Amino acid sequence: MTPILQIRDLQVSYYTDLGRATALNRVNLDLNAGEKLGLVGESGSGKSTMALAMMRMIKAPGRIESGSVTVGGVDLISLNDEEMRLARLSRIAYIPQGAMNSLNPVMRIGAQMVDAIKAHVPDMSQADMTEQCMKALESVDLKRNVFQMYAHELSGGMKQRVCIAIGILLKPQVIIADEPTSALDVVTQRQVMETIDRVQKEMGTAVILIGHDMGLMAQFVDKVAVMYAGRLTEVSTVRDMFSKPMHPYAQALIKSLPNLSNKGVFQGIAGLAPSLLRIPNGCAFHPRCPQAMDVCKTTIPDVKEYEGNRLVACHLYTEGA
Amino acid sequence: MRLRLILRRVAFLVMVVWAASTITFFVPRLSNRNPIRERFAELSRTGGFAAADLEVIVASYNKKFGLDKPLLQQYTDYIGSIARFDLGVSLSRFPMTVTQIIYNSLPWTISLLFVSAILSFVIGNLLGAVAAWPRSPGWLRAFATPFIMFTGVPPVLLAIFLLFFLAFKLKLFPLGQAYSTGIAPDWSFKFMLDIMWHQVLPAISMILGSVGGWVLSMRGMGVTIQGEDYVNFAEHKGLDGRTIFRNYYLRNALLPQVTGFALALGSLITSGAVVEGLYALPGLGSKLGEAIRANDFMVIYGIVLFITMSVATLMVLVEFLYPFLDPRIKQE
Amino acid sequence: MTTLTTTAPPIQPSRLKLFGGYLRRNKSLGYGLGILLFLILFTAIGFFQIKPKAAYPLAVRPKQPPSILDFGAKDWPGKYPMGSDFFGRDMHAVMVTGMWQTALIGVLAGAAGTMIGVVLGFTSAYFGGIFDMAIKGICQILTPIPVFMIQIIIASSLDKRDVTIFTMAWIVVMLAWMGPTLVIRSQVLSMKERQFVAVAKLSGVGNGGIIFGEILPNLLPFIAAAFVSQVFGSVFASFYLAIVGLGPLREPLLGNIIWGAQSQGAFFNGWWWWPIWPATAMVLILSALALINMGMDELANPRVRRTE
Repeated sequence: MTPILQIRDLQVSYYTDLGRATALNRVNLDLNAGEKLGLVGESGSGKSTMALAMMRMIKAPGRIESGSVTVGGVDLISLNDEEMRLARLSRIAYIPQGAMNSLNPVMRIGAQMVDAIKAHVPDMSQADMTEQCMKALESVDLKRNVFQMYAHELSGGMKQRVCIAIGILLKPQVIIADEPTSALDVVTQRQVMETIDRVQKEMGTAVILIGHDMGLMAQFVDKVAVMYAGRLTEVSTVRDMFSKPMHPYAQALIKSLPNLSNKGVFQGIAGLAPSLLRIPNGCAFHPRCPQAMDVCKTTIPDVKEYEGNRLVACHLYTEGA
Repeated sequence: MRLRLILRRVAFLVMVVWAASTITFFVPRLSNRNPIRERFAELSRTGGFAAADLEVIVASYNKKFGLDKPLLQQYTDYIGSIARFDLGVSLSRFPMTVTQIIYNSLPWTISLLFVSAILSFVIGNLLGAVAAWPRSPGWLRAFATPFIMFTGVPPVLLAIFLLFFLAFKLKLFPLGQAYSTGIAPDWSFKFMLDIMWHQVLPAISMILGSVGGWVLSMRGMGVTIQGEDYVNFAEHKGLDGRTIFRNYYLRNALLPQVTGFALALGSLITSGAVVEGLYALPGLGSKLGEAIRANDFMVIYGIVLFITMSVATLMVLVEFLYPFLDPRIKQE
Repeated sequence: MTTLTTTAPPIQPSRLKLFGGYLRRNKSLGYGLGILLFLILFTAIGFFQIKPKAAYPLAVRPKQPPSILDFGAKDWPGKYPMGSDFFGRDMHAVMVTGMWQTALIGVLAGAAGTMIGVVLGFTSAYFGGIFDMAIKGICQILTPIPVFMIQIIIASSLDKRDVTIFTMAWIVVMLAWMGPTLVIRSQVLSMKERQFVAVAKLSGVGNGGIIFGEILPNLLPFIAAAFVSQVFGSVFASFYLAIVGLGPLREPLLGNIIWGAQSQGAFFNGWWWWPIWPATAMVLILSALALINMGMDELANPRVRRTE
């Protein structure tokens, strides 16, 4: 079965006054239909850049340097601007981080949803469009009358649901949710995540969930991908990642999580995340890595497959090292 | 809730009109000038002395400013007459009442102000929005710059230069007046065209003078709105540039500009009055200038009061318009 | 942008050079000051070239076209370089005197208005209470009333023989204090909340000490900006009053000249130079002040300040 989403050698740089910052460095990733992937990493590790690159929404001074993002057999990077505009929402949808301000305050929710359909299927009848919007609202547990309301009349959780409803409006093959719950309280967070989960199961879409909340992640995704300084360091199933992380950075991340057995003991990761302008030679993590070897300082580790389904970029596991 | 808001604004309006009337009542009494005696002197000098007319003038004058009653009663009478929209009679063009003079000149002023206010608001805000929109073509953006240069220049100065270059040197437009001499005023198409022809330069000077301000403020607003999450999300939704520009960017950026429009009305009417005077269009501004020249105080005070009331009323009306433009206001 | 230099620190450039460098970045301030300098030079040099009496009626031969335009003439720039008007005033003398008078009204009214504004805004914000409510209320009620209209009432109530340059300045000031009052008020309100004032209060500094030692120095850029916009407003207002015929009619104030030219149908009669010179001067004055105003905003408000 070919994966619905294939990312190959994706590279993004930002051209700043201080020099070129590599925000995404030769990233490869596959995702099957119906799969849910959690993308985690520290701030500035390139999670959001990856989401924007997949949507081709990197703005100047940033640039997609190379690579391909293939969704359902179509390479998004090679599309022209108009084709890419049509691909947004219909092939690949994005659910924004700041749902609080992501809805236009002066347009009714319904009009904002109809706008989205009209931009892709202009010849659909008004009644059909309305019906499709209503259905999307219902599938995220919102009442039909939300269609007539304005953003300021909705709660934070409801606004986030509206954003999800817009995201699934055209039944895309891939949905990217960029920290969809960061501004919500714990109870609402759970409800919103359950909504995403249910909608995803119904539609069989592939979902990429970006966030720092590993706890929330563990309950909802199938696979976890860990990013560090613009590179993928490990991709494993949730069970493997949490019970037996392989990459030292992933190990440190898992160890830093609070749990019931070591209550009150927080273990951070020593050192600071590197600036994207000065990524260390070799493995980017080596200055902070407790198990660093000589080879880590000079050679970038390749991503290799282990145990059949785990991808790790670390010299520790390379035979002969 | 809505009713209370309306009542509050109407009360505010009444306060403003009251303040303006109070100023026009007390300020002239603080000066040592006696307009009626000056008028007597002037009339006897020019020989146009008609005793009967003068009696009526004096009576009307006494009613408004008269010294025969106690000050407090004069004041209440005065406020009362304004509430009935009785602004007195003209001293220089008796027996015309001030209200009649205003009524006759109003169409000229309204047509000039309406055209120039709407056009400068639309042109200025569109240019400003386009100038701030990163995807608009360079030549369209450069188009805004010359207008910004006129920001500090009052329309009446632009009017002088337009008169000099376009009317005096190139003889493309008339040198002023409402219509050509030798044409009989009627409702014919030719006459209407002639009137419009005479309005072109005044309107252009008003528009050139106020477009720049709108461009500047809209450009600033546009930069802010572009950074908003909803504009960004609109692009993620795959909307085409035109829809984003119109529904997500322009509509939101325009809201504060509507408030700005209300605030700009005062200076717009002021500029309009001076420009009218320069082009000798028979509007309120010219009548005001004539009245100043002829020491016709009743007309001066009447026109000033009328303009003040109109500005205040228009401002409140724009505020009432606001809830229809911004759904968030209704909640409060 | 800034990298560590290993060389010895360069010799401190002169203040003038630093100022010049700043003007190159703050373009509107640079252009504004440039135009202003030109106008000042024109007026200052002009005072040596003209007879002050020539700026008043019946001084010279009337209706002479400007001789400065006859480039080939032997006696260039000629007897009346800027021409003379219908009343027999030498336009060059008129322009020099008018410019000086306009500047006088602007600076006087600007300074007085700013001073009133600072005092009212300060007391209103610093002490609050009924006083604050009253000032805020008055400003709110007066905002919708076009200031020009009230100025017309005041000016027309005066005997025309009494109107001088100074009365013009006072008429303008009477209604021009609201702007600076509101600006200073909001600045003081926000400064009151800032830490350095709280620290001063806690360490027992009295009201006077806080006002003059802590708040006023931080307010200076805003006062300077308010002053420039006050001067702009005053020049603007006095020009408008004069152009409708409410100026000191005897004086060659720029607005008066245009009013006179318009009354005599200058364009109809072909005397184009009569209104054009004062109009040009007015455009230059107002543009210079508007540009300086924009530049001052950039100086006073760091958020507007562009990054280098």
